[in-house]
Amino acid sequence: MTTVLDQVVAARSPFSTVLEAGSSITLVDLGGNQAIDCLLYNAEDHAERYCAHTTIAAQRNLFLTTGSVLRSNESRPMLTVTDDTCGRHDTIGGACSQESNTLRYGFHTKHQHACVDNFLTEGSLHGLDKRDLVSNVNWFMNVPVEEDGTLGIVDGLSAPGISVSGRAEMPLLVLISNCPQINNPCNGFDPTPIRVVVERP
Amino acid sequence: MGAVEAPGNEPDSSEADTSSPRAAREHARAQEGLHHHGMPTMPATAATGLPTDIPTDALLWDEVLDPGGYTAHRLPRGTHLRLEDTAGEGCAHLIVHNARQTSERLNPADTVKVQWQAYLTEGSHLLSDMARSLLTVVEDTSGHHDAFCSAPNRADHQRKYGDGSNEGPTPSARDRLVLGALKFGLQRRDVGPSISFFKGVTVAPDGTLSLDTSTPPLTAHVVLRCDMDVHVVVANTPHVLDERPGWVCSSLRATAWTPQSWASTSPDALSPEAARAMLNTQDWLAGVGPS
Repeated sequence: MTTVLDQVVAARSPFSTVLEAGSSITLVDLGGNQAIDCLLYNAEDHAERYCAHTTIAAQRNLFLTTGSVLRSNESRPMLTVTDDTCGRHDTIGGACSQESNTLRYGFHTKHQHACVDNFLTEGSLHGLDKRDLVSNVNWFMNVPVEEDGTLGIVDGLSAPGISVSGRAEMPLLVLISNCPQINNPCNGFDPTPIRVVVERP
Repeated sequence: MGAVEAPGNEPDSSEADTSSPRAAREHARAQEGLHHHGMPTMPATAATGLPTDIPTDALLWDEVLDPGGYTAHRLPRGTHLRLEDTAGEGCAHLIVHNARQTSERLNPADTVKVQWQAYLTEGSHLLSDMARSLLTVVEDTSGHHDAFCSAPNRADHQRKYGDGSNEGPTPSARDRLVLGALKFGLQRRDVGPSISFFKGVTVAPDGTLSLDTSTPPLTAHVVLRCDMDVHVVVANTPHVLDERPGWVCSSLRATAWTPQSWASTSPDALSPEAARAMLNTQDWLAGVGPS
């Protein structure tokens, strides 16, 4: 494998890259407990995109880890998780937004930067807009569901140096928001940088 | 329970005289009044067999959905939409858009996250991606719903039933929802994740998802209050996790009316998150004016 990209993404920032099929991408949690919101699109047809629901229904489990196959809205494999030293990643928590923050924490949070703003900004560079945003993966985020249905974002299981890797099963546009949330423990209340490594066969 | 419901009788035209335009016209017009199980009541105010507390003269919509059927409707703010599982094996896959700004749509992830609850029931709000309440569940006799798995697609049905095409006997809910959305002038990409009613999924501590296949109640219903003008699309297909052999799906009924009076739930009775969602909805309504 040849490393074609090795980049630190600053805390609270958006990022995107296009992967050739067969490439691998590794996300490293540099500071620990840093949620990475991530969306995938078929690089050749953006109408085909990561589908949380297809993914979790196919594997009958809400959590992603080694062996999980992230699937598109056409049920096709997009990314296979090949290595994971965290053990659990979230599919149901979605992305934080200024708007949903007003519900979750109060109107005083409306001004805060949020993942949807990152996705909108970064997506617009690729011709995507609000209508193209769907439920995303939250790498390194921990969202348990209790027996009575109570669910929520709780303290993370990650730590500095923990990483997750995946193999692109089709040409992929990868959108990332290095989550800026400071009102819940998804980033340990302290958003930190991440490292993104892309390798090509 | 359920299994495949017999399709409605199709007219038998084998003996019809359609040799001239006039004869063909007569043949066509003679078909009025035929009945198919899945069909709308037109006008809606002619509907029968509804609970007595629904004001018949205020009905906006009444329709039976066959297994595999779908329907789409615009509903004004304040409308109550009743979805009924009439024979115990219906599954109502629902998407919702803000009718006056269709880039805003149902967001199941925010719906469960913001309300701290995976399982929707009476009192749950269906939230948009703009943190507004689109619909509120005001009645629920089922308690079996799913905000996680969304709609099965064509590939799912190809695998399970041998066919997932819209033109086939076992169309997929996603393709049905897409069709409904296209008819509002929306596009394929506007169809986000859906919520399904009447088939419940539970989550184990390790994240495992299980479809609750316990004996369903013979009939169940939910009533959803529209908190703004909305487009709804409903598709009736088996739940995506339903691995029972064969196509197990029975009819749904959708009924909507304008209540004589209604009011938003008092903010004091709402969770703080729901109260703020209703404030956001009010804020939006202040900007766009009355329906």
